[in-house]
Amino acid sequence: MRRTLRPYLLVVPALLLTCGILYPFGLGLYYTLFDFSAAKPQPDLVRWENYRAVFTQDAFWNSAWVTVLYAVGAAGAETVLGVSVALLLHRSSRVGRILEKILILPLMIAPVIAAIIWKLMLQPSVGVVNHLLEPFGLGGVQWTDTPTGALLSSIAVDVWVYTPFVAILALAGLRSLPASPFEAAAVDGAGWWYTFRRLTLPMLWPYVLVAVIFRFMDSLKVFDIIYALTEGGPGDSTVVLQIRAYLEAIRFQRYSFGISYTIVLWAVVYLAATVLVRHLGRIQRKAAEVSG
Amino acid sequence: MDRHVHDRRRFLALTGALSAAPLLSACGAGFGGGGQSEGDGSAADDVTGAFDWKREKGTTVKALLNKHPYTDALIADLTSFTDKTGIEVTYDVFPEDNYFDKLTVDLSSGRASYDVFMLGAYMVWQYGPPGWLEDLGPWMRNASATAAEWDRADFFPNLLQAGQWSLKAGAPLGRGGQYALPWGWETNVVAYNTEVFRKLGLKPAESFEELRELAGVIKKRAPGAGFDGMYGIAVRGSRSWATIHPGFMTMYARNGLRDFTVEGGKLSPAMNSPRAVAFTEDWAAMVKEGGPPSWTSYTWYQCSSDLGARKAGMLFDADTAAYFQAVEGASPASGKIAFHPGPKGPDGSLATNMWIWSLGMNARSRRKSAGWLFLQWATGKEHLRRAALTHHHIDPVRKSVSQDPAYRNRMRHLPGFLETFETVVDRTRIQFTPQAQFFDATTSWAAALQEIYGGKSARSVLDGLAGDLREKVR
Repeated sequence: MRRTLRPYLLVVPALLLTCGILYPFGLGLYYTLFDFSAAKPQPDLVRWENYRAVFTQDAFWNSAWVTVLYAVGAAGAETVLGVSVALLLHRSSRVGRILEKILILPLMIAPVIAAIIWKLMLQPSVGVVNHLLEPFGLGGVQWTDTPTGALLSSIAVDVWVYTPFVAILALAGLRSLPASPFEAAAVDGAGWWYTFRRLTLPMLWPYVLVAVIFRFMDSLKVFDIIYALTEGGPGDSTVVLQIRAYLEAIRFQRYSFGISYTIVLWAVVYLAATVLVRHLGRIQRKAAEVSG
Repeated sequence: MDRHVHDRRRFLALTGALSAAPLLSACGAGFGGGGQSEGDGSAADDVTGAFDWKREKGTTVKALLNKHPYTDALIADLTSFTDKTGIEVTYDVFPEDNYFDKLTVDLSSGRASYDVFMLGAYMVWQYGPPGWLEDLGPWMRNASATAAEWDRADFFPNLLQAGQWSLKAGAPLGRGGQYALPWGWETNVVAYNTEVFRKLGLKPAESFEELRELAGVIKKRAPGAGFDGMYGIAVRGSRSWATIHPGFMTMYARNGLRDFTVEGGKLSPAMNSPRAVAFTEDWAAMVKEGGPPSWTSYTWYQCSSDLGARKAGMLFDADTAAYFQAVEGASPASGKIAFHPGPKGPDGSLATNMWIWSLGMNARSRRKSAGWLFLQWATGKEHLRRAALTHHHIDPVRKSVSQDPAYRNRMRHLPGFLETFETVVDRTRIQFTPQAQFFDATTSWAAALQEIYGGKSARSVLDGLAGDLREKVR
């Protein structure tokens, strides 16, 4: 009896966790089929009307575009910078060990706090950034007053917070690479660039891609950094899908419509994650071939 | 084996994606979150006999409060309420950024976590139609439930009317149920730095054209006159409903403009009328010529701080935003801030928009009788007089407090404060059209204002806004 029960008991925590995730998801999905709002607490079944309304709204397409720009910009910049930092730290071991500890600091700050700190630093008249740029004749920059400036500033804060995450993952990857292919390349007289291109990068790719998956998915779901920095402005220039969903569901109390936005966002993240995870499998097989 | 790897990856992708929908759990309100389900009668009818402050002795009332100087005055005086009634009050205080989200989620959940709470008149338009707010009218009219000294006639009538509505979109305030009681309010006027005005030989503006010019002059000349980095006028600019209601809506109303027109019970957006477009263009131009850098992130807090830090020559916002910088020792500008009603409209109008911190009751509360005693006490003469004299509960909602010699004596040291208050008090009212989509409309309006400030055509932006809103308020 004990032997037959044990396997089931072992999966109970996982089962509870799964139910805890799936129940609100299922409930949310169910709500989207109604016109549930504060103004209509006894809603009617409208089936797919909320999704039709979402996809026919200009605001949705604007938010979708801003979300993609943000996610690609943030994840791209973080990957390039993170991998570069990891390569630098990997080469100079003593300095690297000290810098590693400093590098982790932004990760210890809650993103919303980081955004508030940056908001103060980017303030044109009293912010420290313009004060530092003043000697170079660049002191009057209005960082978040223009649509492009607001989006780039938001991406910059994201990059500041999360580049260390990518760097640490890439550094861990670099340190776990097998030594023998590099030794063989050195014996054959291969140069640094050749070794990097043909050995380091292909073997490091799986680690980099894991970082990209995490950062890209996270950036698609961004809320805190942008809301604290710009509230979605100026105009609608930084209203990403999560902010739109928050405004619709919480501020404007159109619950079903707001949840429809999150379901659409979920579908986008799921698709992106599926494609990237599939790609990760291929990259892993290639890396295994290179390391021999 | 391959299939297992594939399944594991699919699971990873699925669970990762599921976390994209955090709102799902936040919105777990469930259908039927409406209030007042127990029959049509008011619980006030159950209170009979002679009025007694000790009627609910031993009860505990739970309040949800916003962090505010008015709240500090209330909390400091709670023991006198408990002594008077035998009712304990427990409370949660949230900062304003999260306060209304917390209140909205709590009320929409249909729970009765809080018996009483702070709200603004605009929130009545959102919380009233779903039945989340108790109609306080029957309580006010019941002599067994309400003390004679509470004296309804002592409130400024426009403030009491602000919480009274028939719950019909477009219907004027002052008719229907009383869903909130005035407790503390703010009128929107101009406060200015007397030092810079004296040094540059300036006078407060009497028309909007003068205000625009004045803002530009200060921005241009003040830095050279010893006011390093000073700009002309601080007004809100963030992408929030709160950007529209203070200075902007006040000047908009003084120009005789409306947000919506109502014909045959139907609302039609009016913020794109030719005169409204012209005014909005002028407002954006004023901000460009004399406003703060990074205006699109400006909330009341930055506006108020800039006046206090001698960065802003003028502030067109709530009088309290200037008051808290003007009191002795509060800021570098304290003692150098004066008040003025602000520019008149073309026809001499001083129509002013207001914000009222009101108190309301949860329609689902199980302690309504005790909650009503708390609301009576908190909006009563005794507490409000004490709060005005010993704390910073300024802008009294009661005529008796505003005429109290001790209060007037206390406020006299602020140049122009009492005169300004008296000039606008009767003309200050809610200038918006009551309707449930208020927050959507004003948030979108603030976003439109930012776009116009950014250089887009006011005509096309406001036409787009009106087009969007026409569908939503239909």
